[in-house]
Amino acid sequence: MSNSLSAAQRVAIARNPQRPNISDYIDALFTDFFECRGDRLCGEDAGILGGVALFHGRPVTVIGTRKGKTLEENLKCSFGMPNPEGYRKARRLMRQAEKFRRPVLTFVDTSGAYPGLEAEAHGQGEAIARNLYEMSRLTVPVISVITGEGNSGGALALAVANRVLMLENAVYAILSPEGFSTILWKDASRHDEACEMMKMTAPDLLALGVIDDVIPEPDGGAHLAPAIAFRQLDRALRHHLAELDRERGAALAAARYQKFRRMGAAAPQKETQ
Amino acid sequence: MNNIFAKRRARLLAMKAIRDNHAAGETAVTCPKCGQMSDRKLVAQELSVCPKCGYHFPIGAYYRLSTVLDPGTFRELNEKYPAGDPLSFPGYWAKQEQAQRKTGLNEAVVTATGAIGGHKCVVGVLDSRFFMGSMSAAVGEKITLAIEYAGKNHLPLILFAASGGARMQEGILSLMQMAKTSGALARFAEKRLLYVSVLTDPTTGGVTASFASLGDIILAEPGALIGFAGPRVIQQTIGQTLPEGFQRAEYLEEHGFVDAVVPRIRMRETLIQLLRLHEKGGHT
Repeated sequence: MSNSLSAAQRVAIARNPQRPNISDYIDALFTDFFECRGDRLCGEDAGILGGVALFHGRPVTVIGTRKGKTLEENLKCSFGMPNPEGYRKARRLMRQAEKFRRPVLTFVDTSGAYPGLEAEAHGQGEAIARNLYEMSRLTVPVISVITGEGNSGGALALAVANRVLMLENAVYAILSPEGFSTILWKDASRHDEACEMMKMTAPDLLALGVIDDVIPEPDGGAHLAPAIAFRQLDRALRHHLAELDRERGAALAAARYQKFRRMGAAAPQKETQ
Repeated sequence: MNNIFAKRRARLLAMKAIRDNHAAGETAVTCPKCGQMSDRKLVAQELSVCPKCGYHFPIGAYYRLSTVLDPGTFRELNEKYPAGDPLSFPGYWAKQEQAQRKTGLNEAVVTATGAIGGHKCVVGVLDSRFFMGSMSAAVGEKITLAIEYAGKNHLPLILFAASGGARMQEGILSLMQMAKTSGALARFAEKRLLYVSVLTDPTTGGVTASFASLGDIILAEPGALIGFAGPRVIQQTIGQTLPEGFQRAEYLEEHGFVDAVVPRIRMRETLIQLLRLHEKGGHT
């Protein structure tokens, strides 16, 4: 692992258009993937890809935000920014996983939920909120992997998991560093400064207890030698799934909730000066 | 009966006088929406609503509580819960102290038990004067504690949202409060207790995308801005002007995300009706 990279450098790697996307992970880690489309309410959103597949021969539900590699692909999936239909499709697939007692594996790489007129009219906030609510109750193992950028509620809506893993150069934050510096300082050019302050890198988040494991990447990033990253991730997924398999369903839901319940509790007391 | 209401109104006025931001001695209030001046007493009688155009002025958490709770029933929960600075964010303590001095609040939410029309309940109110009502770790924790208190004591829960979203200065830990409060509500729902969410101006970002959108009943104040993404961000993304009334309470009602738009003056009686309707479940 290279600990020498700055947060801004990791942001650049996380956003590299050649970085593996959800389709690459599905091809590398799973077999027999069957894509399930539609939210069964009114639409289909290509910003989220989901379905059923085999992981080392075992059925699992796979859900991930989808970034394209070409402009054409990206226009279809809104550059990886999901719409409410996508989040509702994800919820439908999680319920299906619950019914068939399949683990849920999610892959997160998004600059956030899509900020659009229709997305708002269709209840972007409600769609995300409902996912957080329902994910906290699932009685099957849930593992989330932040593979690139994980920004805002649009990322969290797929990441209320028993184990949250992060690729070494992935970033996970309340919003993009550009948005952050614009809101706080009205100055998007203080991007690098924002990256450091936000504690958005995998080592920072592991220390804060927000994530559970860091997946090493080859030097320079996963896109330079994807096979190495896939192998590391495969090993981690098998390890964590085996651990979660030892727990019963109700205990999995309770442990998952308690993990998030503890975050930010007992805020540090004000220092007296 | 008249006597009781008169007393209540007197109490409201007293509270308002303390909490109001207007300079003492000022007798007229200018509405930012219609631009007309109104007598301050008249605005106060309307619970801080413009008598000319119905604009709902933003109000503080304690004043909000005084407009819905039965007199003398208010008891604050976790009043002393400390504000935090989990990421040691530069300049954040000083800004919090400033907000505390200005508002008399510890943090952006006040939670309490009380009665509304004789129905005991737990009420939480976000205060937009404190960091735009944004959800910090302490805010998320206080809301979660209120949800848990209501669950433990089998009380209905009412949360008034007024928030710009997650608190930037607490970064990812603010974001995680969305998962925490939503998960707490899932557990609360298992007890078959009522949760009424009231959306007031503004309800946006991480608060819209968590507890505010999860009510069994969702009410909204007229004209309140409600949405996930802010209008400016949306405009930048889609490159066109947004339609009139976009992301306002009435728009949300039209699109199926709000049960009813309720003027402030009718909020208390509406809550009483809802509490009465949910008092007994019936079928076992």
